[in-house]
Amino acid sequence: MEIIEHYLYTKEHEWISIEDNIGTVGITDYAQSALGDITYVELPGVDKEVEQFEQLLSVESVKSASDIFSPISGKIIEVNEDLADDPSILNRYCYDKGWIVKVEISDSDETSNLLTGDEYRNYLESLDRNDGGESTEE
Amino acid sequence: MALRTPLYQQHLSLGAKVVEFGGWDMPLQYPEGILNEHIANRKVCSIFDCSHMGEFIIEGGADETGLDRVVTQPLMDQPVGSCRYGFALNERGGVIDDLIVYRIAPKKWMVVVNAANIAKDAEQFRTCLKRPAAFKDVSMSTAKLDVQGPLSREVLKTLVKGIECLEYYTFGEFDVLGERVIVSRTGYTGELGYEIYYPWDKAARVWEAVLADKRVRPTGLGVRDVLRVEVCYPLYGHELTEDISPLQAGLKRFVDPAKEFIGRDAYKCLETGGPSTKLACFVSKTRRAPRQGHVLFSASGEAAGHVVSGTFSPALGVGIGMGFLKKEFTNIGKEIIFGDAKFKEPAELVPRPFYKEGTLKN
Repeated sequence: MEIIEHYLYTKEHEWISIEDNIGTVGITDYAQSALGDITYVELPGVDKEVEQFEQLLSVESVKSASDIFSPISGKIIEVNEDLADDPSILNRYCYDKGWIVKVEISDSDETSNLLTGDEYRNYLESLDRNDGGESTEE
Repeated sequence: MALRTPLYQQHLSLGAKVVEFGGWDMPLQYPEGILNEHIANRKVCSIFDCSHMGEFIIEGGADETGLDRVVTQPLMDQPVGSCRYGFALNERGGVIDDLIVYRIAPKKWMVVVNAANIAKDAEQFRTCLKRPAAFKDVSMSTAKLDVQGPLSREVLKTLVKGIECLEYYTFGEFDVLGERVIVSRTGYTGELGYEIYYPWDKAARVWEAVLADKRVRPTGLGVRDVLRVEVCYPLYGHELTEDISPLQAGLKRFVDPAKEFIGRDAYKCLETGGPSTKLACFVSKTRRAPRQGHVLFSASGEAAGHVVSGTFSPALGVGIGMGFLKKEFTNIGKEIIFGDAKFKEPAELVPRPFYKEGTLKN
């Protein structure tokens, strides 16, 4: 599974990359692989306020629907409209072209609740050892 | 622990994602993914392991054994070498199972049933047959491989010599890799296709032989469900249950009310009054898919029914679903709404099937 070292992660398999108080959010390689072919993305509205670890949107694969949670609190300032027409971008480019929303972060201290790239890798290994464990799949 | 088919190791070595279905560990999908498996089936050829399904052998005449009374289709006039799809009903006219009857000889039959229902089906047959000794459950010694897709005849013609002569819904006994076995022209995808019944412990060699043809892809239960929804085939536990009549599910052409069968009185009673809910097919206006358990609403927001099957349709590029609707809402072309506590999505009622380009009868 690909992991970008300098991104931050949640145990629900979302990533966030932060620059000048703007967080770009997406789902990890592990998540897209577990979901399978993604066929629908319910994009949230711009200006919507989100809370850390609360539902941000839902995505659907052929056989299931799953919730995606926000890694951070703040206001959505941009959504990736390309995903509406071609949700498979999430499968193919989950860490770059497959970004989902950009959030204006309201409390940067919340990053202490997130995992570093190293910690996320260890977390995935612990899931493997437990043969499954937590997964974003319903 | 769940049961395993004779091809379990093959699925693992192909990298399949395995899930439990009907008490069996089955491949949900292979690494190429459901969308690619869909293309493989609709455009080329694919193979499914359906060894989990049940097979019964019944010896004796349809009348003298009482077999004819257990199923809703007439068996007395069924030609040898043909298949008939029908139902075993309970006394209330609900569906115990949907099944296919193969007439092997004037007095020999094979009945193919759903994996999850093998035990209760066997019970129903044993109880209702006048000569219980004539009944044999061969499910655990019979593997079933489904080779489906527009190129399936082409793919199988060397492995199954003479397969070209099989018409839709007929079968024959063929020599396949040294075994004399039943191959039928039947399936569950809406495409041209065949089902090969093979001795359990030798099934792997047929699986390998078919997959040695590089045009063929292994396909799992995930895409199988997508394919069958696209052509509106019922799945037991969804469109059919002990509390649903074939009338409600829109399957009355597989019931002959002129013959004697268990559940006939209840069936005719419902036929006279007309069922209050009917299965309807609908297409989402977006890529969002309806799912089992979603509520169906009328355009004005009135609760009108519930979804029993739904999926994203790769063929149509939108969500599709089937659900039971109060009959006043079932007019084709009508707008309905599906959803749950979190969302509502508009959809349109359409005639069956969703996907009309299938090569089934080519």
